[in-house]
Amino acid sequence: MPTALYRLFLLLTLLLPLTGHAGDASDFVAASPSKQAKLLESWSAAPDAARLPLLEALQQGRLAADSGKNPFIEVNGLYQSAEGEFAPAEAPRKLRLNNRLRGLIGTAMASHQLLAEEPALRLAAARELQKRAKPAQLGLLDARVASETDAQVRTALTLALANLQLVDRDPAIRLAAVRLLGETGDPLARTRLETLLDPAVEDDAGVRTAAQTGLAQVKRKLLIGELLGQAFSGLSLGSILLLAALGLAITFGLLGVINMAHGEMLMLGAYATYMVQLLFQRFAPEAIALYPLVALPVAFFVTAAIGMALERTVIRHLYGRPLETLLATWGISLILIQLVRLLFGAQNVEVANPYWLSGGVQVLPNLVLPYNRIVIIGFALCVVVLTWLLLNKTRLGLNVRAVTQNRAMAACCGVPTGRVDMLAFGLGSGIAGLGGVALSQIGNVGPDLGQSYIIDSFLVVVLGGVGQLAGSVMAAFGLGIANKILEPQIGAVLGKILILGLIILFIQKRPQGLFALKGRVID
Amino acid sequence: MKRRPLLKSTLAASALLLSGLFPFTVQAAETIKVGILHSLSGTMAISETSLKDMALMTIDEINAKGGVLGKQLEPVVVDPASNWPLFAERARQLLSQDKVDVTFGCWTSVSRKSVLPVYEELNGLLFYPVQYEGEELSPNVFYTGAAPNQQAIPAVEYLMSEDGGAAKRYFLLGTDYVYPRTTNKILRAFLHSKGVADKDIQEVYTPFGHSDYQTIVANIKKFSAGGKTAVISTVNGDSNVPFYKELANQGIEATDIPVVAFSVGEEELRGIDTKPLVGQLAAWNYFQSVENPVNSAFVAKWKAYAKAKNLPGADKAVTNDPMEATYVGINMWAQAVEKAGSTDVDKVRDAMAGQTFAAPSGYTLTMDATNHHLHKPVMIGEVQEDGQFEVVWQTEGPLRAQPWSPYIEGNDKKPDYAVKSN
Repeated sequence: MPTALYRLFLLLTLLLPLTGHAGDASDFVAASPSKQAKLLESWSAAPDAARLPLLEALQQGRLAADSGKNPFIEVNGLYQSAEGEFAPAEAPRKLRLNNRLRGLIGTAMASHQLLAEEPALRLAAARELQKRAKPAQLGLLDARVASETDAQVRTALTLALANLQLVDRDPAIRLAAVRLLGETGDPLARTRLETLLDPAVEDDAGVRTAAQTGLAQVKRKLLIGELLGQAFSGLSLGSILLLAALGLAITFGLLGVINMAHGEMLMLGAYATYMVQLLFQRFAPEAIALYPLVALPVAFFVTAAIGMALERTVIRHLYGRPLETLLATWGISLILIQLVRLLFGAQNVEVANPYWLSGGVQVLPNLVLPYNRIVIIGFALCVVVLTWLLLNKTRLGLNVRAVTQNRAMAACCGVPTGRVDMLAFGLGSGIAGLGGVALSQIGNVGPDLGQSYIIDSFLVVVLGGVGQLAGSVMAAFGLGIANKILEPQIGAVLGKILILGLIILFIQKRPQGLFALKGRVID
Repeated sequence: MKRRPLLKSTLAASALLLSGLFPFTVQAAETIKVGILHSLSGTMAISETSLKDMALMTIDEINAKGGVLGKQLEPVVVDPASNWPLFAERARQLLSQDKVDVTFGCWTSVSRKSVLPVYEELNGLLFYPVQYEGEELSPNVFYTGAAPNQQAIPAVEYLMSEDGGAAKRYFLLGTDYVYPRTTNKILRAFLHSKGVADKDIQEVYTPFGHSDYQTIVANIKKFSAGGKTAVISTVNGDSNVPFYKELANQGIEATDIPVVAFSVGEEELRGIDTKPLVGQLAAWNYFQSVENPVNSAFVAKWKAYAKAKNLPGADKAVTNDPMEATYVGINMWAQAVEKAGSTDVDKVRDAMAGQTFAAPSGYTLTMDATNHHLHKPVMIGEVQEDGQFEVVWQTEGPLRAQPWSPYIEGNDKKPDYAVKSN
């Protein structure tokens, strides 16, 4: 029996190369990794539309083989024979790929997609080839440029071709390629042009000069991208600091409560987001992408309610006694941390980004802006505007300002100061909760989350000037940008130390902060 | 005649009393106390909590088989809360107050360095289950994780190979403490020996718990424009989550810039969406995906334990390298105690030399006769979509550890056996 089977098997394997067309899939499955790399390279030099399903399967990791090295493609959990009509002898095993093969598959896929009908696909493929084209593809690209009908795709292809033409024998072609590359802002073009400056590599003086000018152009474009990138990350860090500190700007800035439990309000906001996410997962998994939006009001009201309860039970008894307030709120913060540890465990919980907060948009060749950071900058500005409107355009805001400026007089005029204190503290805590929702989208959510932001929050409020919203906004963005300018120069650790030192010096010189409240100050 | 029954009954009563009392006192005196010193809160909790649970599982398993020397093991769990001085305090408490016979614990090298003087002073015994930078060989510690030549160096060799992408430039990113700094020092010397110039190496450090990786990821991209780049990450703890998120958001893929991590395993990846990370690498001595009967049993046991104890996220429970090292360490210690016939530290230390254990990695691991380290196989794994690793490269067999790396000057004169550090 075994010998009969074995013979049949031998016969089949012998027949396999003879049956039907070339059998790319079988070749690939049977080859060693280095042979597979060679196969992919030859395929990308000579694309064939019939090979596209195979490449797609490879790219998505769906190609499998059984013990007889027969190729199968997995479709919705079922294995279909890639060539011929074999039923798998046993469950086929998926092919192992490594990064080198994945890169080559990307190149091969792109060169096959150059044959696609849709210009959009061809454009994407041409862009991919700008990064990954191999010298063997020169002939292919040349032919495609000549026959390409869409202008945009042709430009992209010409660029991809230019990368390969840098080593052409004809100096005129090299010169044209160098000129083209000089006009891109591609970081890779910079290295390619730099190698051409060496007379040992490039013997034509004209090409060398063109490379020199091209390099200057590329460097200028790259610099712009870099500066924009730094400015963006500064703004992003600033907006995070602002969201963390805005609640404190109200509880500490306006009410004068040294609120050490502020960080825990951020943490509770983040945990509220986690709870909302859990509820969505259980009851409405199809609408999971919307959970951060629902989390916003939930986090606001949960933290506001906790804040108001704290104000009523503890903090109101301590007005005018800063030291006791500090100790009491610090104690509250420890209690809240321990409570969360008991309820949710000491480990971080997983808050996943919905799809619209993952990934980023490519603005320049060397600048990608992540969506979650863009959204958070916008969100921070919205919260600031809403808070400003609330404080300056509503009756509650008027009362809050009246009470903070002159409590006795406000009480005489019939302002219910106790209630106003409570509402204002609730507002500050609620805003901290909103900050927590934003923080949950970029960092870790754990019981200690608040601890890492409390110092930054106080820095922002003190630097900005106690009692001023505008000051906090300026201070947050200022600190964010300063941090991001320093970080690449001296590293994250030293940068933090330096910033702290600078703030201490600044406060020594100007204790009232950036913006001082004019006239009578809070008691 | 009348006295006899009385005598009998008093005898019976006293026998009863004795039998009632004695087993009780025997049991109380005859457990072996085992300390477990892992952070259950703070930035390292993401990695260390599962080691505590793994230690408890292994102790349960040994107890179910009848314990060690006929005695049951009694775990004493303390939480040093990712706070390095607190590690030393808790270690002292375990040794002088709880009187444990052995401790399994620590993850970061800074925590090990802070408890080391305590263990040397009080002649305690510590089993350290995590890969580390070497440059240490204490008679009071057994290192069941990898030394640099069992993890870092082979990983870089892989990156240099054709299959690893033939990287020309190296971005060394780490958390700012002794392990990443020393490892990077060794790697820099190693890269120099392979002809990589200083301009092609960049070293960057972030504080513990750092969460803003925008600038660093932008820097990596800029650096990579100068040639095929690989990132070697020694980032520890929960900072890894924002780091990998930022990589994905800024569109860095493993085919362009592979990141090989030395402190990221299955457990750390549980908190991340791994689809954008497919192809990123990690170097360890064990992966959950390794296929052999010992490992299948090990993984199944752990999953059942997680479910039975209702651990957080039990439905997605995974095993990783330091968990395997913890498991191997406790079992080897138990074997050594049986061999020595005592839990006395000096006797157990002698009995540890040459101990072997069939580990889940698929190899029978041996404790070196002199240098307190395990002989371990090295594996490089690629992240898959399901958060598991697929082994893409591995050594032919276990390697002997070199705690004193030959790439650091002056190490050739250091003895290859344990000597007290002070």
